[in-house]
Amino acid sequence: MLKNTPFYHFHQQLGAKMLPFAGYNMPISYTSINEEHLLVRQKVGVFDVSHMGQFIVRGEGAFELVQKLSSNDVAQLYEGKVQYSCLLYPNGTIVDDMLVYCLPNGVYMLVVNAANIQKDWDYIVQHAAPETTLIDISDRTALLAVQGPLATEVLHTLTAMDLKNMDYYTCEKGVFAGVSNVLVSATGYTGAGGFEIYFDQEHADTIWNAIFEAGKSCGIAPIGLAARNTLRLEKGYMLYGNDIDDTTSPLEAGLGWICKLNKGDFVGRDALQAQKQTGLTRRLVGFELLDKGVARDGCLVQDANGMVIGKVTSAAPSPSLKKSIGMAYVAMPFAKPETSINIVVRDKALAAKVVAMPFLPNALK
Amino acid sequence: MSLIPANLRYTNDHEWTRVEADILYVGITDFAQSELGDIVYVDINAVGQTLQTGTSFGAVDAVKAASDLYMPLSGTIIAQNEALTNQPELVNSDPYGEGWMIQIKPDNLADLDALLSPEKYQELIGE
Repeated sequence: MLKNTPFYHFHQQLGAKMLPFAGYNMPISYTSINEEHLLVRQKVGVFDVSHMGQFIVRGEGAFELVQKLSSNDVAQLYEGKVQYSCLLYPNGTIVDDMLVYCLPNGVYMLVVNAANIQKDWDYIVQHAAPETTLIDISDRTALLAVQGPLATEVLHTLTAMDLKNMDYYTCEKGVFAGVSNVLVSATGYTGAGGFEIYFDQEHADTIWNAIFEAGKSCGIAPIGLAARNTLRLEKGYMLYGNDIDDTTSPLEAGLGWICKLNKGDFVGRDALQAQKQTGLTRRLVGFELLDKGVARDGCLVQDANGMVIGKVTSAAPSPSLKKSIGMAYVAMPFAKPETSINIVVRDKALAAKVVAMPFLPNALK
Repeated sequence: MSLIPANLRYTNDHEWTRVEADILYVGITDFAQSELGDIVYVDINAVGQTLQTGTSFGAVDAVKAASDLYMPLSGTIIAQNEALTNQPELVNSDPYGEGWMIQIKPDNLADLDALLSPEKYQELIGE
């Protein structure tokens, strides 16, 4: 049975193209993917990402549990700090990628991918001590991502929280649009700057309406998941199920920076340590097509002799760069930027080259 | 509401054909371009080929996904719209005009009768 988010009626009214995604009926696009994408890069847009999962971990052993399961170092967190991390299997492959929120009173919130909510929950529960409390608040939590360079300008009028000085990857709980207990987080999946706003779904209408009213003069508009995908791709952000999954290690994916092998023991650490010593055989790289055409997820990667050396995990035409870009796992000798590779599109080998990610340079916080 | 010109024939794959003398122009419908969204590349490289009904003669790439293009009827592809190389967005802005894709010399012009009338196509897309 397909679930709806608390904003479903707005998507319907707006005439969004809806598609099932991770068990939810989600807006893919409202007008044009290109327009939506560029609006977020240049101004501000709003994503309904209420399908994402949220788990609260609290009580005795909360820190120990999260530290044991998170590849990043939870000890470095302080109240209001957010951290990107991975949940790993003992063999070092990825259960999910997630955000770890350090909230007041020793409470942690884990934000996980919608498609993985049940899997992650079962995995985490299995490691939890009996005295630790775990609560799945996914179903009652609404989440809007307000992203783009004008996001602060729009949102700061709705709250006394100091959004202008909120550092990247920090958060604060407070009153927002007259609603209490709203968590505002300076995070996102677009690289365009902005905030993610978590609240109880009973306030969905109030908060949606307040944001769109406040953003009217900035040209604010709703943005679908299709543009969310091209936005994150331009920044080289991982998509679980495409670029990372239970067959890939974070080291191969270039996520070594969120694997703190020196923090002490955590699930998957030994496997990563071993992989580091043995060396990697493949690496996730960015590429851009040099020939005319468009690379897509699943395309094979070949060397100049037609030998298969890898596979594309995510690819799309970049609305900002007007190029066909993508990510692919390639054999280690081909992983250096500027290496010539071919991408096979509809039986034709198209010339491409490996490029450093992000494709679109970071200019914003 | 999609445009469905009365003087064209349609296929189940959301393509249209227009007869000019004994030549068929082929493109994708307004409904198709709207469903695909922003078209960034039209990949046709079949001029001179003789292909059967339903065979792929190329593909069209939108931001979201690629979609194959199929021969509405058997014949020889005698031209493709070169303007689409640099302006694929013409398929979005003018699907029945500047956004045409190929010209076919059909093996048998009478095959046209097997294609959908505007009314049948309207039924197909359910608008």
